[in-house]
Amino acid sequence: MEIVVCIKQVPDTEAPIRIRPDGSGIDETGVNLVMNYYDEHATEAALQLRERFGGTVTLVSVGPERAREALRQGLAMGADEAVLVSDPRLSAADHLQVARVLAAVIAPRRPDLVICGKLSTDDNAAIVGPALAALLDLPQATAVSRLEVAEDATHALVHRELEGAVEVLELPLPALLTVERNLNEPRYPSLPGIMKAKRKEIPVLTLEAAGVDPETLGAPGAVLERLAPPPARPPGQRVDGQDPDAAVEAIVRYLAETAKVL
Amino acid sequence: MEFDLSEEHRLLQATVREFAAREIEPQAAALDREHRYPAEIIQQAARLGLMAMMVPEPYGGAGMDALAYVIAQEELARASAGVQVIISVNNSLVCDPILAFGTEEQKRRYLPRLADGRSLGCYCLTEPEAGSDAMALTTRAERRGGEWVLNGRKLFVTNGLEADICIVYARTEPVPGARGISAFIVEKAFPGISVGKVERKLGIRCSSTAEILLDDCRVPEENLLGERGQGGRIALATLDGGRTGIAAQAVGIARAALEACVAYARERRQFGRPIGEFQAIQWALADMATRIDAARLLTYRAAWLRDRGQPYTREASTAKLVAAETATWATARAVRLFGGYGYIEDYPVERYFRDAQITEIYEGTSEIQRLVISRQVLGSK
Repeated sequence: MEIVVCIKQVPDTEAPIRIRPDGSGIDETGVNLVMNYYDEHATEAALQLRERFGGTVTLVSVGPERAREALRQGLAMGADEAVLVSDPRLSAADHLQVARVLAAVIAPRRPDLVICGKLSTDDNAAIVGPALAALLDLPQATAVSRLEVAEDATHALVHRELEGAVEVLELPLPALLTVERNLNEPRYPSLPGIMKAKRKEIPVLTLEAAGVDPETLGAPGAVLERLAPPPARPPGQRVDGQDPDAAVEAIVRYLAETAKVL
Repeated sequence: MEFDLSEEHRLLQATVREFAAREIEPQAAALDREHRYPAEIIQQAARLGLMAMMVPEPYGGAGMDALAYVIAQEELARASAGVQVIISVNNSLVCDPILAFGTEEQKRRYLPRLADGRSLGCYCLTEPEAGSDAMALTTRAERRGGEWVLNGRKLFVTNGLEADICIVYARTEPVPGARGISAFIVEKAFPGISVGKVERKLGIRCSSTAEILLDDCRVPEENLLGERGQGGRIALATLDGGRTGIAAQAVGIARAALEACVAYARERRQFGRPIGEFQAIQWALADMATRIDAARLLTYRAAWLRDRGQPYTREASTAKLVAAETATWATARAVRLFGGYGYIEDYPVERYFRDAQITEIYEGTSEIQRLVISRQVLGSK
C-alpha cells in the first residue's frame, strides 16, 4: 500500500507566541518548532497500515527549510522517505496554494491513501486536506477517529467525530483522510530510528523541481496583511460578598440586564 | 567551536524529554515512595533503544555517540534520577566495558540482550573495605580445572537485585593494587552467586542497591573480560564514561529543581506579590541557572572529547564534581525556596534533594574527583 502523509511544522502549542512588531508573522526566537500533533497521528496511522499491508510511507511537506526537522521526526518514527517543497515564492502562500503544491508532488505517486492531520495547530484552518482531496479528485473523510481498512484494501470504513454524533462512512480507496488525535497513540521515534533517519536524504524541491508551474498557483486567495494579538480582556467585575443575599441579587441582575444571558 | 546541537541530537532530546514526561514523571513519586523497580518503564526504554545507546547497531544498540548519551541521561534524570541510574548503569558500566574490552563472542552473546531488555546489567566493584580505595579489593578469583572460581562480597551494587549480567572485579594475581585485578562477566545463573542484603536508601529508591555474594562462584574461562590483570584499567576506563553519565544525572536533577522553583516563584504569593518579584528569590534562580549551565557545558565537553577519541579522565571528573555539587546545592536551595512545602512529600523538591545526595558519592565521591583532578593538575601519578 502506497501511503502519503502530509506534514507541517508548527510552533509548539505550549510555546509563548509573540508577534513581530511589524505584524508580519510570529517571532520564532526561542519558540520550539514541532511536527503538528495531528500529523503525528496521521503518520502513526500510515505506519500501522504499512505494517499490515506492506508498501511505503512517504512524507510530504511544504514550508521553510527548517521544516526538514519535522520530516526527520517522521522518518525516525519509521516512514520510508520524505520530500520537502521549499521555495521563497511560497512564503505568502495561502492554504489553497499549499494544497496545489502538495497535489503536484503527490499525484504522480498515485498513492492508495493520503493522510493529513485534521488541522494544524498554528492556524486551525482545516482547509488543506479537503482542498487536496478535491485537487487529487479523491473521495475524502475528515476528522477520522476510527479507521478500518478492508482485507483486500479496496475500501475503508471510517468514523467521523461530529458534534454529539459519530458518522460512519465507507469509502473506496484510493482516498484522502484527515485524522483526529484520538485515532491512535503515536509511537516515539526510536533511537535506532533516529540514526536511520539521519542517514536518509530529504530532497528539498523548488516549485519547478516539484513539477509545479508557478503560473498555475494563481494569486493567493487570502493575503496575510497583519497579525495582531487578541485585545486584552477588560478586568472582571467584583461583587462584594459581605452580604450574600445582596451579592446574589447583584450577580443575577448583571446576568439578566448587562450580559443578557438570563 | 560549535554550541548548536545537531538535528539528530535535538530530535533525540525532544524524544527522550517527551518519553520522560509522559511515561516516567507521572510515576516518579510513587516509585520513590514504594521503593519499586520500574520494570515496565525499563522495557519501554529498551524498545526505544535507551538501554544500549552507544552500542553499534550490529550488536542491537542505537549506535549513538557520547554526546547523545549525556543529553538523554539529563532528560531521564529530570523526571526520575532512580529510573535514570538503572539505565545509566546498564549503558556505562556494563555495555561500555563489554564493547571496549570484550571478545567478539562476548559482544555477540551479551550486548543484544542488554540492549533489548531481556537482560539487565550491574557492576560489582565496591567491597566493604574497598570503597574510594577500590583497588584494594580482596575478592579472589582462582583457576580450577579450566574455569574461574570467585569468592568475596560486593557491596552497594546498583541494579544488584534485578540484574542477571554482572561485571565483577576480582584479584587474580598475588600482587596488591590495580595490577592484580581482573574483570569477569558473571551471569546470575552461574552457580555460587547470590544477592545478599538489599539496602534501604535516602534517594534513587526505585533502583535497587544490593550486596552480591560470591561463594565458590564458577565462571567459565571465556568469561574473563579483557586480559588477565587488566581489570584495574578496565574499571578506571569504565568509570570515566560512567562519571559523564552521573554528571548528566546531576544536571538533570538540578534542572528539575530549578524548573520547579521557577513555576513556584511565579505562582506563590507572599506580601501581596509573587515571590519571584523579590530579589532574594531572583538571585537564587539566577545562581541555579548559572551553575546548571556551567555543569551542562562541562558534561558536554567531556562527552565531546570522548567522541573524538581523546583522553577525558580529568574532564569527566571535573564535570561530575561541578554537576554533583550543583545538584546538592541547587536542590537544598529549592527546598528552602519552597519553605514548608519543600519539606513535605506533596511536592517533588524533597525527592530531588534526597536524590541529589548520591551524585556526590557514587562513581567516586567529590573528594575522589578532586584527587583525580589534582593529580592531573600537579602532573603526578
